Amino acid sequence: MADNSIRIGVDVGGTFTDFALATPLGIKTLKLPTTEDAPEHAILQGIGHLLTENKISSQSVDGIVHGTTLATNAIISRTGARTSLLTTEGFRDVLAQGDESRFDQYDINIVKPEPLVPRWRRFGIEERISAEGEILLPLNEALLENVAELLRAEEIESLAIGFLHAHVNASHEQRARERLEELMPSVSISLSSEVSPEIGEYGRFSTTAANAYVQPIMAAYLDRLQNGLTAMDLAAPVFMFLSNGGLSELDTVKKFPIRLVESGPAGGAIFAGNIADDLGEDEILAFDMGGTTAKVCLIDQGIPGRSDSFEMAREHMHRQGSGLPARIPVIDLVEIGSGGGSIAHIDSLSRLHVGPESAGSTPGPACYSRGGDNATVTDADLLLGRLAADDFKDSGINISLEHARNSISDQVGDRLGLDDTAGATAISEMVEEQMAGAAREHAREKGVDLRHRSMVAFGGAAPLHAASVAAKLDIERIIIPEAAGIGSAFGFLQSQAVFEISRSIKMPLTEFDAELFNREFAIISKQARSVVTAAAPDAPIKESRTVAMRYRGQGLSVPVGIECRDLNDTDNDMLLEAFLKSYIAVYHRALDGIDVECVGIGLRVSSVGDTLSAKNVLETAHNKIPPESAVFDLEAGAYVDVPTIARNDLTEGYTFQGPGLIKDYGTTICVPRNYHAVRHDNGHIVLTRQSVDKKG
Amino acid sequence: MVNPAEEIRFQVIWSNLLSIVEEQARALMRTAFSPVVRDSGDLSAALFDRNGRMLAQAQTGTPGHVNSTAAAVPLMLQEIPVDQLEEGDHLITNDPWLASGHLHDITISSPVFLADRLIGFFACTCHQLDIGGRGQGPDAASVFEEGLAIPVLKLIEKGKINGVLMKIIHANVRTPREVEADILSYVAANEASADTLRAALNKLGLTDLEQIGDDIIARSRASMEEEIRKLPNGKARNSITFDCFGVPVDIICNLEISDDELLLDFSGTSDASTRGVNLVYNYTNAYASFGARCIVGPQIPNNSGSLSAVKVEAPLGSILNVERPWPVCARHIIGQLLPDVVMGCLAEIVPERVPAEGAACLWGIQLRGGPEIDGNFEGSGNWGQDRYEVLFFNAGGAGARPQRDGLSATAFPSGVKAMPIEVVENSAPIVVWKKELRPNSAGAGQFRGGFGQSIELSTIDGRPCGLFAMFDRTTIEAKGRAGGANGEVGELYLQFGRQLDPKGLQLIGPNERLCFDLPGGGGFGPADQRDPAMAADDRRAGLLTDDKTSEDE
Repeated sequence: MADNSIRIGVDVGGTFTDFALATPLGIKTLKLPTTEDAPEHAILQGIGHLLTENKISSQSVDGIVHGTTLATNAIISRTGARTSLLTTEGFRDVLAQGDESRFDQYDINIVKPEPLVPRWRRFGIEERISAEGEILLPLNEALLENVAELLRAEEIESLAIGFLHAHVNASHEQRARERLEELMPSVSISLSSEVSPEIGEYGRFSTTAANAYVQPIMAAYLDRLQNGLTAMDLAAPVFMFLSNGGLSELDTVKKFPIRLVESGPAGGAIFAGNIADDLGEDEILAFDMGGTTAKVCLIDQGIPGRSDSFEMAREHMHRQGSGLPARIPVIDLVEIGSGGGSIAHIDSLSRLHVGPESAGSTPGPACYSRGGDNATVTDADLLLGRLAADDFKDSGINISLEHARNSISDQVGDRLGLDDTAGATAISEMVEEQMAGAAREHAREKGVDLRHRSMVAFGGAAPLHAASVAAKLDIERIIIPEAAGIGSAFGFLQSQAVFEISRSIKMPLTEFDAELFNREFAIISKQARSVVTAAAPDAPIKESRTVAMRYRGQGLSVPVGIECRDLNDTDNDMLLEAFLKSYIAVYHRALDGIDVECVGIGLRVSSVGDTLSAKNVLETAHNKIPPESAVFDLEAGAYVDVPTIARNDLTEGYTFQGPGLIKDYGTTICVPRNYHAVRHDNGHIVLTRQSVDKKG
Repeated sequence: MVNPAEEIRFQVIWSNLLSIVEEQARALMRTAFSPVVRDSGDLSAALFDRNGRMLAQAQTGTPGHVNSTAAAVPLMLQEIPVDQLEEGDHLITNDPWLASGHLHDITISSPVFLADRLIGFFACTCHQLDIGGRGQGPDAASVFEEGLAIPVLKLIEKGKINGVLMKIIHANVRTPREVEADILSYVAANEASADTLRAALNKLGLTDLEQIGDDIIARSRASMEEEIRKLPNGKARNSITFDCFGVPVDIICNLEISDDELLLDFSGTSDASTRGVNLVYNYTNAYASFGARCIVGPQIPNNSGSLSAVKVEAPLGSILNVERPWPVCARHIIGQLLPDVVMGCLAEIVPERVPAEGAACLWGIQLRGGPEIDGNFEGSGNWGQDRYEVLFFNAGGAGARPQRDGLSATAFPSGVKAMPIEVVENSAPIVVWKKELRPNSAGAGQFRGGFGQSIELSTIDGRPCGLFAMFDRTTIEAKGRAGGANGEVGELYLQFGRQLDPKGLQLIGPNERLCFDLPGGGGFGPADQRDPAMAADDRRAGLLTDDKTSEDE
C-alpha cells in the first residue's frame, strides 16, 4: 500500500455515494447521489468519471475499498430474503420474546421490533445440548426431511440455524446444515456457531437471522458489482470495509454480510484515527456530526475502541433497547439522534428537546423552503448568523431566513418565553449539551478522562458546533481535518487488513495455567494471521492481545491488554495488577476478598502499511465571501460583527483569532471567543482555547 | 420574558441530571454480583436534593424499587439527619418499612458534598438473591423469619467501612462475599455519579441543587396538574378479588379526581394475610402511583414533583399497609396487580387511553438445590458443595391497548428483563426444555391481549429441588376491556402429575419435569371488529388454533 499505488475508496450511504481516489499526485474526491435500487450504478459511474477525469487507466488501479449501508437498509426497510429459522424444539419464539422487557417504562403504547423471521417460518427440531456441551438429546435427522418440505412450501431463500449452546458444541448445527444442503442446495445457510459464537441465545439467533436475511441480496449485489468492474476492465481486488474498521475479501463478506452493518461510521473513526496519528495525538475524541446523527468515539494511539455488540434498526430513533441486537465486532462508538436536521420541540413541561427526529433532506429544515416548518439545528445556525444563505448556493437550495425565524419563534421561542434569537441559542445549546452528554457518558463508561484529549471533528455539521461541545468537555484543542466531508470513504483507504478473534477460557487467577493460555493464543494467532496475510500478502503484521477478566460472579468482564509474548505461571500477579488498574479506572473502587477470574482471551492481527495523508487533497475554489458576518451573541443580546475568511485563505503561519467564522466547503467552522485557529502544514485546521488568564 | 441565559442553563442541567442517573443504573448492572441486578436490571437509581426530594430517576429499573426509593431517602434522613452526615459517609438499610417492602432489597444512600456542603444524595436500591432466612417466598409467619434486617446505619463513615456491620452481614447470609462485593459496587456507583454531578455543577457555576430542584419539582408538579385538569372531576371504583392460600382477598380502589390531584384510596381492601404476601405502604404507593402515571402524564419525568400529584391511601392493617412485624417477603405478587386495579378506575374516566388487564405479576422461577433441600451430602460433608439458587424472570402477556394488540411475553408493570436461558443453565444444574409463546392464551378482541408463554424444566441430573412459588393470575383472569375477552389464567404442574400451588416453597421430587403456563393478557374491543388480516396472521403463526376460535364463538 505504498504511496505510488492507485486506490479508490467508495462509501455508499443512504443519500450520497462518496469517493476518494488516491494517486501518486494526490487525492481526488467525488460525491454522487446514491442509486438506491442498484447501488453499483453510482459506484461504476463515479469510478469511471474519476478515472477519465484524471486520465488513469482501469488496469493501473491497485485496489478498491468499499463500504455500504445496503445490509443495514435491507434490515430497516425489511426488504431482505425470505428467511427461515431452524432452532431447538421448544425455543421457537426466542426472536419474538427477546428480553421480555419494555424499552420505555411509562409509555404503554410502545411497539417492539418485529422479528426478521415471522413465527410461521420458525421451526423447532428435536435436539438438545447442555451448557457444558454434552448431548442431552441427539439431533433427530429423520425430521430434517420434513423441515426441508416446510422450507420448500414457504419458498425459503435463506436459512438461519440456531441451536441452544451451539457456541459450545456446534456439531448439531453442522450436521443439520450438511443434510439440508443435500436436500435443498439452492438455499443459503447461516449457522449461529459461525456467525456469532457467543453465549446468549437471543443475541446469537438475532445476529444469525439478520445475517441470513441479508445474505442473498448482498451476495447478488457484490457479484453484480464485480461483474461491472470486470466489464470496465478493472481487475483490481475489491476489499470490503467492515464494522470493526478492518478490511476483508469479498468471499468472507458474502458469507458474513452482517459484519458490514456499521461500516460507514466505522470508516469515519478510522479516518479520525489517522488524522490523530498524523498529528502525533495519542488520545483523541472523534466527533462526527452529520444531518441526522452524531457519533462520538474514543481513539487511543490511532486505534478506535472495540465493542462486541450493536443494535440494528432501532424502532424509536436511536432509543436504546428498541432495536434488534447484533453480536458482531464493531468500532465502539455512540450514535445519537443529533444532527443538522434534528427537529426542536417543546414538551408539556416546557422542556426543550432536539431530535432524535430529523427533517432529513426532504422537506428538510424550515429554511430550505421546501414546505417543511420544523425548527431544526440548521435553522438555528442560520438565524444565529453562523451559516449564511450564500453557503448553500451550490446546492440549489433556496434559503429563507424568514422561514427559519418563524419556525423557531413558533415552535420554541414563544413556548419558552424567549425571543427568536434566544430560542435559536437554546436549540444550539441543547443539541451541544446532548452531544457533550453522550461523550461524557461514553467516557465514563470506559473510565476515560476527556480533559487531556484533543477532538477531531468532521461531518457536515461538526465544525459549527465542535468548539462549543469541546468547551463543555474541557477539551482545549479541536482539529478540523481536510476532506472532512467524505471522512468515511477516506477512512476506507487508510484502513488495514484486520482480523479479530476471541475465545472463552474460564479460569480463576489462583489456578492460572500459562501453558493453556499460550496454546490457545497460538491457535487463534495462526488463524488470524492467515486471514490477514491473504488480504495483504506482503505487508508486515502487528498483533495485540487481551485477557478478559472479572471478579468471580460479576456479569461483565474488563479486557486487559497484555504484551505479545509467551506467558509463564508467575504472570498471574501481572494480570491481577493490570486488572485492578483497569477496574478502578472504570468502576471507582476495587473489591476485597473476591476472586478474580479470566473469562477469555482476545487477539487482533492487522497489517502495517503506509497510510494516506489528507494533506494531498486537491482543493477546489471557494465562493467569494464577505469579510465580516453578523453573529448573535446571547450575553450582548445583539448581533455582533465577526471576521470571516475562507478556509483556503487561512494560510500556514497565520493565526485567526476568535470570535469569527471560517467558511469551508458546505459548512462553517465556528471559532468562539477565547479560541484561535491555525492551519497545520498538513492542511488541518486546529482550534486552540487560550488559557484563562489571557481572557478579555 | 424569562432570563434567557438562566432558562437555557436550567434546560441544560435538567437534561444532564437525567443522563447521570441513567448512567448510574447502567454502571450498577455492569458491576453487580447479584444476577438479578446484572442480568435483569432489578434495581433503581436516583438523585435527591439535600431535603430528600427526588429530582431525577433512571428509567432503567423497576417501578417497585424506583418509587419506593423516592420515599426511602427522606425516611432514612429521619433516622440519621443531615447534620450528622459527613463527606465519605454512605447509609445502608433493607428495612421493608423504610425502603422497598422486603428484606431482599438493599438501599444505599450516599450524601454528595460540594465545597464542604451537603447538596444532595445519590441512592440506589438493588435486589439480593439471598439475605438469609428461609429464602424468598411467602412462607414465613413474620418478618423475623425472612432474613437479616439492617436498620439505617452508616455502612461507611468518612470513607471507613463499618467492620462490625460487615461481619454481621457475613454471618447471616448464604453467599457473604458476593453480598459484600455487591454492596460495595452500589457505593462505587453512587460515588462515581457524585463526581460527575460535581463536575457538571462546577461547569455551570452552580454551588447547590436548590434552585434547580425547586424548578424541576415545580414544573413537574404543574405539568401533572395540567394533565389532571384535562380529566373531568369525579370518582370511580374498581376491585379485584383473588384467592390467597384459600382465602379470598379483595383489593378495592376508590379514585377521586380533584382539580389538581388524583387520590387513590384503597379503603375496603382485605386485612393482612398471615403469609408473606403483604405490602408496606411505600410499596403500595410505588405501584399504585405507577399505574396512574402510565395513563396520566406518562411523558412527565418521575420525581417528587410529579409523584406528589398522586396521593395514595391504604388502611393500616390491610394487606396493602401492614405494620411491623407482619411477613412481607413476596409482596410483589399483589404489588404488581395494583396498576391493573388503578387503571380499571381510570378506564371509567378515559376509556380511550387505558389498556386491558395483563398477566401483571412476573413469574420469577426461583429454585434451590443441594443438601439444604434434599439432605444428600454424598459423603462430602460440605454443605455448600452442590448448593445452588437460581432465579429467572418470565413474563406473561400484557393487556391489549386501545389501538394495538397487547405485547406477548412482556413484563408490565415490572421493568426487569428476562435473562438468556443459556446463562440460566450456566448458573445452575437445570435444563429448560421449553420456553415459547403459549397459543390461545390471549384474550380475543378487536385488539387481542399479549400471549403468555409455556416453560418446562427439570434438573439436569434428576436430583430433587425446591421451588419457591410466587405466582398469580392462576384463579383470576386478566379482564378484557370494551368488549374484549379475558386472557387465560396461568397454571403450574408436574408433567405427569399433580398441580402445584401457586405460592410457597414446594419440594420437587427426583426426575420430575416442572411445567408453567403463564397467563395471557385481556383483549380490547369486540372480537368481531378485528381486522381479518391480523387474525389470519395469528392463525398462520399457530398462536390461534381452531379449537380456540370455536370455543370463543
